[in-house]
Amino acid sequence: MPQDNRALRLTWRLLTAATGLAIALAMLFPLVWMVATSFKPEPEIVSFPPRLLPETFTLDNYIGVWERLPFTRLFLNTVVFAGAVTVCSLLLDSMTAYALARLRFRGKGAVFVLVLVLLMVPFQVTLIPLYDLLAGLGWINTFQGLIVPRLTNAFGIFFLRQFLLSIPRDLEDAARVDGASEWRIYWRIVMPLAVPALLTLGLFHFMYNWNDLLWPLIISQDTSRQTLPAGLALFMGQHVVEYGPLMAASVLTLLPVVVFFIIIQRRFVAGVATTGIR
Amino acid sequence: MTTSVPAAGGAPRRRPGSAGRRQARAAWLFMLPTMAVLGVFVVWPMLQALYLSFTDYEVFTPARWIGLENYRALLSDPAFGNALVNTLYYAAVTTPVSVALALGLALLLNRRMPLRGFVRTAVFVPVVISLAVVAIAWSFLLDPNIGLLSHWLSQIGIVSEQGWLRDPSLAMPAVMIVGIWKNVGFYMVMYLAGLQSIPTALYEAARVDGAGPWPRFRRITWPLLANQTMLIVILAAIATLQAFDQIFVMTHGGPFFRTETLVMMTYRIGFKEFQFGYAAAISWALVLLIFVLSMLQVAYFRKRSVTY
Repeated sequence: MPQDNRALRLTWRLLTAATGLAIALAMLFPLVWMVATSFKPEPEIVSFPPRLLPETFTLDNYIGVWERLPFTRLFLNTVVFAGAVTVCSLLLDSMTAYALARLRFRGKGAVFVLVLVLLMVPFQVTLIPLYDLLAGLGWINTFQGLIVPRLTNAFGIFFLRQFLLSIPRDLEDAARVDGASEWRIYWRIVMPLAVPALLTLGLFHFMYNWNDLLWPLIISQDTSRQTLPAGLALFMGQHVVEYGPLMAASVLTLLPVVVFFIIIQRRFVAGVATTGIR
Repeated sequence: MTTSVPAAGGAPRRRPGSAGRRQARAAWLFMLPTMAVLGVFVVWPMLQALYLSFTDYEVFTPARWIGLENYRALLSDPAFGNALVNTLYYAAVTTPVSVALALGLALLLNRRMPLRGFVRTAVFVPVVISLAVVAIAWSFLLDPNIGLLSHWLSQIGIVSEQGWLRDPSLAMPAVMIVGIWKNVGFYMVMYLAGLQSIPTALYEAARVDGAGPWPRFRRITWPLLANQTMLIVILAAIATLQAFDQIFVMTHGGPFFRTETLVMMTYRIGFKEFQFGYAAAISWALVLLIFVLSMLQVAYFRKRSVTY
């Protein structure tokens, strides 16, 4: 009976929609709590029983962020760290990927194997000698100490090499015949073709470093060089926990990444799907 | 190495022309900055960590070679045994749970349904944000006095007097839930990509043959996702073995070291107690663990993967 069938299908649609909505709300719940709390006045935050949404709306916590934390400093540190690592890493990764994907030379196989091995090694194993090395250079608690060891990485090289292998090389060969230098071919012909891959990789690099905790935690020693995740995690550990300003600071920390993500969601998700890197 | 290579040592079979030599020189120049950075800041520290693990290096005393002493000490150190068990426990629960949930979500969100885009975005958002920062909100949610989640849970009879994060039996589940919540969207997206690569003709043919939803999943979806599952399980296991961020923020390894993982212990021994040699040995134990698991998984799935 068609009527029955239609009713059944409608029920099924409503059921899956309700399930989906419940899942979405559960996933967003901690973030909703964070945002809602950031607008609550202090007495509401510590009252029992706790409620999800604020009854009175206040911006005090956002003002409080700047009173309790050197927030502007931490924010700028994070921008400089994540920004510099992203830009430099794209350059170095792509230069190496170009050599591996396009140039003929002896030892190429060995270099590629090295990249694959480094892809498997967890970076935590390098932490102690790296700290020792940077301490010897006087680079602890400096931007160069934070940034230089991250200037290139095996995943970026691997990712761009795979991409470059997949794009046609007719243009380059023509340019080579015309006597163009390799640098010119790399910079003028290959890089423009690689823009989609560079954007995806740039996003990964930026997000990874913006969010990272362990590395900035160890290399920075005070708020003059701490990034936001390290600064907030330590602030939480050291003080009587004031959740209002902490939640406001958390919102301000997550906001740039979330906005960025929502704008370029499609490219981002496609990048994850094809490569499996976070 | 092939037999056609002359024994006289590495002379190329075909003498490269000047163009070839120029290309080789260009290649090494292109790779020079990368080689310098990787060499000094990755490869050297890695080998140095291996060397340090055979010494008694502490921050103010020079390194002295002690052979396998650190590794022998690890085997009888209850703190290491505890961290190893915690790490394996964390990985053994969060890996299968995350992967199973991700598969379920991908199957649900691969079909046409209202709100599909919104639900996918909501599931994926935790992937892109800082785990350390969002763990602060999770700590707050679980606060025994003013946390909303612990209040709701107490209403349905799940009560923890001292609070989840101070409760020796609930702290680990709490950090596990946060770890799963953070990563499930990532694996879901990988599964969605896998699902979309399965030809719909296979399902149509199965439907014509009268196969119901379960046989279709069992005989088509699951075997054709085998490679995807392999990749996801490996990535998930490797990631969970390195758990650190939410643990540092929420429990700091406590209560009573119940949530201290290997990375947490490396951090404590290396950067709180400054026993660099011993900490290096712990970190190499982690490398070994990750390496062995990756190899086991690759071998296992290589035998089981199916292609049509």
